[in-house]
Amino acid sequence: MNVPTMAEMMAQGKQPEVLFWVGSAGSYDDRAKKITRAFVKILHKANVDFAVLGTEESSTGDAAKRAGNEFLFQMQAMMNIEIMNGYEVKKIVTCDPHSFNTLKNEYPGLGGVYEVYHHTQFIKQLIDEGRLTLSNSMNEKRVTYHDPCYLGRANDEYESPRDLIRKLGVNLIEMKRNKNNALCCGAGGAQMFKDAEKGNKEIFVERTEEAIRTNPDIIATGCPYCNTMMTDGLKAVNKEENIQVLDIAELIANTEGL
Amino acid sequence: MEYLDNILFAIVLIFGVGFFVRNIKKIRRNIFLGKAIDRSDKKSERWANMARIALGQSKMVRRPVAGILHVVVYLGFIIINIEVIEIIIDGLFGTHRVLSFMGGFYTFLIGSFEILAFLVLFSVTVFWIRRMIVRIPRFWNKEMKGFPKNDALYILYFEMVLMSLFLIMNATDVHFQEMNSGNPISQFVANLFNGMSLETNHLIETIAWWLHIIGIFIFLNYLYYSKHLHILLAFPNTFYANLNPKGQFPNDKNVTKEVKMMLDPNVDPFAAAPEGAEDEVPEKFGASDVTDLNWVQLMNAYTCTECGRCTSVCPANITGKELSPRAIMMKTRDRLEEVGKNIDQNKGEFKDDGKQLLNDYIMPEELWACTSCNACVEECPVNIDPLSIIMDMRRYLVMEQSAAPQELNMMMTNVENNGAMWQYNQMDRLNWKDEE
Repeated sequence: MNVPTMAEMMAQGKQPEVLFWVGSAGSYDDRAKKITRAFVKILHKANVDFAVLGTEESSTGDAAKRAGNEFLFQMQAMMNIEIMNGYEVKKIVTCDPHSFNTLKNEYPGLGGVYEVYHHTQFIKQLIDEGRLTLSNSMNEKRVTYHDPCYLGRANDEYESPRDLIRKLGVNLIEMKRNKNNALCCGAGGAQMFKDAEKGNKEIFVERTEEAIRTNPDIIATGCPYCNTMMTDGLKAVNKEENIQVLDIAELIANTEGL
Repeated sequence: MEYLDNILFAIVLIFGVGFFVRNIKKIRRNIFLGKAIDRSDKKSERWANMARIALGQSKMVRRPVAGILHVVVYLGFIIINIEVIEIIIDGLFGTHRVLSFMGGFYTFLIGSFEILAFLVLFSVTVFWIRRMIVRIPRFWNKEMKGFPKNDALYILYFEMVLMSLFLIMNATDVHFQEMNSGNPISQFVANLFNGMSLETNHLIETIAWWLHIIGIFIFLNYLYYSKHLHILLAFPNTFYANLNPKGQFPNDKNVTKEVKMMLDPNVDPFAAAPEGAEDEVPEKFGASDVTDLNWVQLMNAYTCTECGRCTSVCPANITGKELSPRAIMMKTRDRLEEVGKNIDQNKGEFKDDGKQLLNDYIMPEELWACTSCNACVEECPVNIDPLSIIMDMRRYLVMEQSAAPQELNMMMTNVENNGAMWQYNQMDRLNWKDEE
């Protein structure tokens, strides 16, 4: 894949339109890497002039902050900010709502002021501006959308992902708890990196069961961590053969045959 | 002796209001034991929030049944209390229905009060049924045992009795019933007393009148001891609530200072601290006791009316974990009350009691169950933020005690060493582009 880095761009004296913040999950997690590649294919199709930080990117520190380690978070943030400000980054897009949230809301106070987009917002903009056209339909497939907490309640973005899903000609069915009432997948607040506390059920099972009640072909989401949790949920109830968990970037890339 | 009633009334009034003011001052003092936080910005947005959420009850009606019934009780409470003005004047000056000179408007007012009183009685009865017969789960979580459960019932009984007394008072006012205007409800209640003599009716009216006003003062003063302070604090609480995106957690300024020093190549780490620098070292990172929280968080604790909507949407609580956002607020208030009493008993100085909010009230297991999903914050009808307390306490656990769960320590070590939550080499960050 042709994925230029900021360093390469700079060496050529170029400044890309947007920095694609891949995030740690998108860089290392096998499942999330597929989302990353799907999004890059969309960027290519729309001829977006983008670059990544590549090996200069480091954890945003979000997970550390939610775990309570403000020191580590601010260390990470300041190092990332120094690099991004060095490249005079103005605009960032990311597929990870957690990176999106911290870059958008928590970095400015530490000197990193950027225009930050979640990839669903960015893709919607590309379509609205006529830079990307979706020409294929998913033929009324049943899709339910799981709201990532850090995109939804945390930043009040409920419509961009839904707009994109509708544009694909699917039958979008809402879960009982949706939008600002949506139930968390269980990964947030650094839970992704630890076992759940003692209880009587896994949160991801509770949420996946709710999704299954909409009788979907596909559970769509916009977060690599939600993706993992919902996939685990399907495995827990032996439905992984019948239902797919896909990121909206993947829905688009697959439908458009990218 | 003819002024005995009036004097007695004046005494009840002075004690009722005086005791209440004393307790309100105590609450104010306790709230400001919290750390400073500046919420004086964006005044117009704050007023709008207060008007919409507290005055307009916009978040209450997200659950329509409880919401609409609550609006009825709320309107009833505010509107019927206009009647208290007349009661106070009558009580102090020995007049009878002093405002009745307003004629048709007066009977219209009283008539409206009666209808509202009836609707309040109805709503409160439904509330009782929801709690005790339907047993809606959020009223039966484990933090609702003992006083919290009874407290809620006492308040419902109070309201039932006060509304009944108001209607009985009107029903037994024979002259008022004879006017037959402004008595849409009490005329039916009056049937109960028809057979009794004029004197008996008058006696019942007087007793009902006195019990009603004394009841109001008792209720006013019970507020301080109950979970019911939201009827006052909902207003400042919504006004001073966080206006930033819910995902934005504050960056600790003290940490910023230290991190900047660590990253600054010009700082000599072995240099002697400048004069007076020791005062600048923050005493503590994060929160382990109520006095480490800010005053808005402490006001949140007093405002909480323990409705449990937060807990009913909490993913951790739904799946049987120890965490309940409502319990976080209740425990914060309990500890704050304890600290306040300690200060009262020790002539205005807090004497170390060997306890704190963490471990003596809130356990780490509760804090580590949180997914920071903001469902509780979104759900609270008066914009209480339990998540901010959970996060401040996590900061203490991690930064002061290094007491994170082992797996989180591993995650953080990875972030420190290789810039990712997993043990991958930073040089492999871009490998994804050539895989597939």
